Amino acid sequence: MKTMSKKNINGPKIRLANKKFLAGLVKYLIISTGAAIFIFPLIWLVSSSLKTIDQLYILPPKLIFLPIQWRNYVIIWDYAPILRFLLNSLYVVIMTVIGSILSCSIVAYSFARLRWPGRDICFLLLLATMMIPYPVTIIPLYLIFNILGWIDSFKPLWIQSWFAGAFYVFLLRQFFLSIPRELEDAAKIDGCSYFGIYWRIILPLVKPALTTVAIFSFMGAWNDFIGPLIFINSVNKMTIALGLSFFLRAYGGEFHLMLAASTVMIVPVLLLFFFTQRYFIRGIVLTGLKG
Amino acid sequence: MGKKKASGLLRRERRAGYLFALPWFVGITAFIMGPIIVCFIFSFCRYEVVLPPKFIGFANYRNILWEDDLTLLCLWNTIYMVIFGIPLRIIMSLGLALLLTVEIKGLSMYRTIYYMPAIVPIVASSILWLWILDPANGILNWFLSLIRIRGPAWLGSTEWSKPSMILMGLWSSGVNMIILIAGLKNIPNVFYEVAEIDGASFWSKFIHITLPLLTPTLFFLTIVEVIGTMQIFTQSYIMTNGGPADSTLFYVFYLFNNAFSYFRMGYASALSWILFMIIFVVTLVQFFGGKYWVHYET
Repeated sequence: MKTMSKKNINGPKIRLANKKFLAGLVKYLIISTGAAIFIFPLIWLVSSSLKTIDQLYILPPKLIFLPIQWRNYVIIWDYAPILRFLLNSLYVVIMTVIGSILSCSIVAYSFARLRWPGRDICFLLLLATMMIPYPVTIIPLYLIFNILGWIDSFKPLWIQSWFAGAFYVFLLRQFFLSIPRELEDAAKIDGCSYFGIYWRIILPLVKPALTTVAIFSFMGAWNDFIGPLIFINSVNKMTIALGLSFFLRAYGGEFHLMLAASTVMIVPVLLLFFFTQRYFIRGIVLTGLKG
Repeated sequence: MGKKKASGLLRRERRAGYLFALPWFVGITAFIMGPIIVCFIFSFCRYEVVLPPKFIGFANYRNILWEDDLTLLCLWNTIYMVIFGIPLRIIMSLGLALLLTVEIKGLSMYRTIYYMPAIVPIVASSILWLWILDPANGILNWFLSLIRIRGPAWLGSTEWSKPSMILMGLWSSGVNMIILIAGLKNIPNVFYEVAEIDGASFWSKFIHITLPLLTPTLFFLTIVEVIGTMQIFTQSYIMTNGGPADSTLFYVFYLFNNAFSYFRMGYASALSWILFMIIFVVTLVQFFGGKYWVHYET
């Protein structure tokens, strides 16, 4: 645009170019300001987590105090059993992810490809269950798990994911429907069983969809707060989400450490997000699913 | 003979179909339908865990609706979040979506930035906002003081506690933004081209093309948001514990207290059934109301 204005072009064109340039500049300004506002809380989180407790309360606030208190990230591991919490969360996450992938994919295959009486009604029912508020099931579930002796164990946190959550079944079914049937027909003619078709043909073809399900169930299990809050009592069984809230209540005053621990909880999720952004966005768009 | 074989195949397919859907059948029975029915039965009982449930008819419902002042208060608190929080969230996500569909360099980076807060776990973001909104030392009030505004006590004041949570919710509304961006991309460019030939302004294009064609997406978002917001809980559990003066005691929080702090399981069951009914009716009304404002392309 700069080169254009130097040359001998007639007036209106220059004005138009200037106008366009200005509009572009304004857009950039708005978007960048907004982005700065959105990113700031996260920057402030990390910045505050690297201060001493006294520096937190100094006015006017500063983004960085020297020396940077990296030691906060060393202290927290003794301050609270963060490592225990993380490992507990990891265990629940792994069980949830495996369960979701296996159970939802096979159920979705049945809904997408196999014909059986009542299938369409059942699918409507499945869609309807997505709208059911969880409080209406939580009390009986608590009592059932109590009878089974599962309270204060990890089982209540992952067992449900092994029985085909509606959201993921819906998401996978949409994917399955987009796969051409010819491949399966060929396999069928070759005498492949239905399970064989599912396992050898469909599953390898829908790896991207399975990745999406894995990511969402990872996030769901990692972030889940209400489940652990209700089913877990002892500190050494707490997941990171529950552990953080527990320690906030116990030692709320030491905010620099709370913020450091929060950062530790956020980092795995952010890393996952950065490496798998594509699947994330696609999953949201496909189902409107909440992250 | 051919027929017989076909029906055999069909039977085989049917058997496989039921077998493969079995996890879902078991799941919906054990974890959804069964509990809902049990919850319904409990809602007519006095059940405080130590003693077996005792049938008391509609007493729980009567108490909730006419005796218990807290129910109305927490219902109002929740409805406040629905009425004020959801429109703001949707308007802001729409604004962001429009902003992030213009053609500029580095667009995907900007989208990532706007979306990032949405993936921060709610427990962590609650702790973070507790710090940002701190009345005396929080960064937000410090910024406000720069422009000569004395910031409110935010989570510490009965008037500002709910707006504080709405503010925090605005920060993390990136999911809606992504869905709206997808909706915007689905609008065929032809419409805009024709409008441009007719010399339509940006504003009239937005009102007559973008908005009507986006109504299915907006409709979907509203439904999901209402169902989600009616069940709001974690923020207030972590940041305010329902206070100050019960101003952030949301419906599910009160339900949770009844069930797992006071162990009044029957009473809490009735509360959850009422919530279920409210959500059901509101969703139904939205579906019927949708006919009047949602524009489906035919």
